Amino acid sequence: MIADKQPRDLLDAAGVEQALGRLADDIIAAGATDDLLLVGIRRRGVELAERLAELVAERTGDPVDRGSLDITLYRDDFAQIGSRPLIGTTKIPGDITGRRVVIVDDVLYTGRTIRAALNEIADFGRPARIELCVLVDRGGRELPIQADFVGIGSDVPPGSHVEVRVPSEDDELGVRIRAGAEQAGAG
Amino acid sequence: MTADQTTASDEAGPAAPLGKDLVGLEGLSGDTIRMILDTAEPFKEISERPIKKVPVLRGKTIVNLFFEPSTRTRISFEFAEKRLGADTVNISSVGSSVSKGESLVDTARNLEAMRIDMVVIRHGSSGAARFLADRIPSNVINAGDGRHEHPTQALLDMLTMRDRLGKVEGLRVCIVGDIVHSRVARSNIFGLRALGAEVGVCGPRSLVPVGIEDLGVSVFGHVEEAIEWADVLNVLRLQLERMNAGFIPSLREYNRVFGVTRARLERAPREVVVLHPGPMNRGVEIDSDVADGPQSVILPQVTNGVAVRMAVLYLLAGGRPELAEDAKRGSGG
Repeated sequence: MIADKQPRDLLDAAGVEQALGRLADDIIAAGATDDLLLVGIRRRGVELAERLAELVAERTGDPVDRGSLDITLYRDDFAQIGSRPLIGTTKIPGDITGRRVVIVDDVLYTGRTIRAALNEIADFGRPARIELCVLVDRGGRELPIQADFVGIGSDVPPGSHVEVRVPSEDDELGVRIRAGAEQAGAG
Repeated sequence: MTADQTTASDEAGPAAPLGKDLVGLEGLSGDTIRMILDTAEPFKEISERPIKKVPVLRGKTIVNLFFEPSTRTRISFEFAEKRLGADTVNISSVGSSVSKGESLVDTARNLEAMRIDMVVIRHGSSGAARFLADRIPSNVINAGDGRHEHPTQALLDMLTMRDRLGKVEGLRVCIVGDIVHSRVARSNIFGLRALGAEVGVCGPRSLVPVGIEDLGVSVFGHVEEAIEWADVLNVLRLQLERMNAGFIPSLREYNRVFGVTRARLERAPREVVVLHPGPMNRGVEIDSDVADGPQSVILPQVTNGVAVRMAVLYLLAGGRPELAEDAKRGSGG
């Protein structure tokens, strides 16, 4: 990626931790957690789901199940982007029918990833309820999809990138915004 | 452009370096083969789901064009196609216009006129897959052509070896049986060599091609020597029709000299993993207590066959022909 402008920090590490704590509280307040399953969307949603599961478990005293979802095979732009060699493995523990499922992703933008995730989850069973939790809602929806739990909302213009950085992928925790690359970096 | 937060260019990695077709493994690089095997990994999980289907090839039409009898390979391809959401049509030579003398290209052009996207072809003539691939715009996958290649069989063999032994690189793999007529042997030799395995072949003189050492393989005249040397035996089906053609004296004689038996495996210095592409002639090239024993990975091979074929279908369907240099070089031979 070509950095044509200095990225701007939206949240530092402490800000992300604070936001995740609030999201955990909101998830607990919104319903029972005994049949809760947190499903992270690969890649960065997975680590956020792990962290949220720990936070919910700390607060309720009960362990929380988690899963991971790779939505590559459910994307609606296969014809445009073509096949990619590496697809992450999807892991959904056990039968999800009747459970409370919370999808966790780093950034909510067009809503197309979440559409794909909903379709994929339906192939594993019929949860009692599916909710959506995102760290950043940047606006710009192209589908009628909204999050139930939002860490931080920020209107980010198209072309700009919201980068959520997590320790397992980026060696740090934080959210920053990189202004429009004007297709320069698109390969 | 309907770019999502996760766009094609940054998160999803580079496009797959496979071309329009998969005709053979000859000339494919180790990196390309590893990429196919790595892509097969996540496809294994789909066959374990309650709903064994993903929509990635939704709306694609795939024709399975089988000019030779096949049960396992055809069904494996059909499962793979259906689990990716494609529509499939099976055409076999018996009971179709093929048996009325229609040429291969006419058959394919008629199919193209019905707007198909991919063809999986099995044919008795070496080179049939390449011939077809050069004449139609659809993706072509070789499911076995004469004595030439059977690339998806070799890929599933290598995936199974990797599952069991951790890696293919450095393994000693001996192919036992009728090497001269075997497309499975050829594809295995090319693929295994590209991945850095040592390859041996073992069989009666009449069934081992002269000059096969030029492909970088060792030749064993006795199955005991092969077993002593190898980490893996890939035991080929003895095609019974060969016996009538005078290549071997009798099935019993073959089993006595080249059969992979429990007693022979027990004398090996290490545990030897045993593969067989099927269908087996129990008591001829392989004994039942080996085929059903703990060293056998014959059923995992069948399971992996579906995953590998899903990976190949997926990679070719979304392939970018301009990135096909690897494939083009491979099909030259």
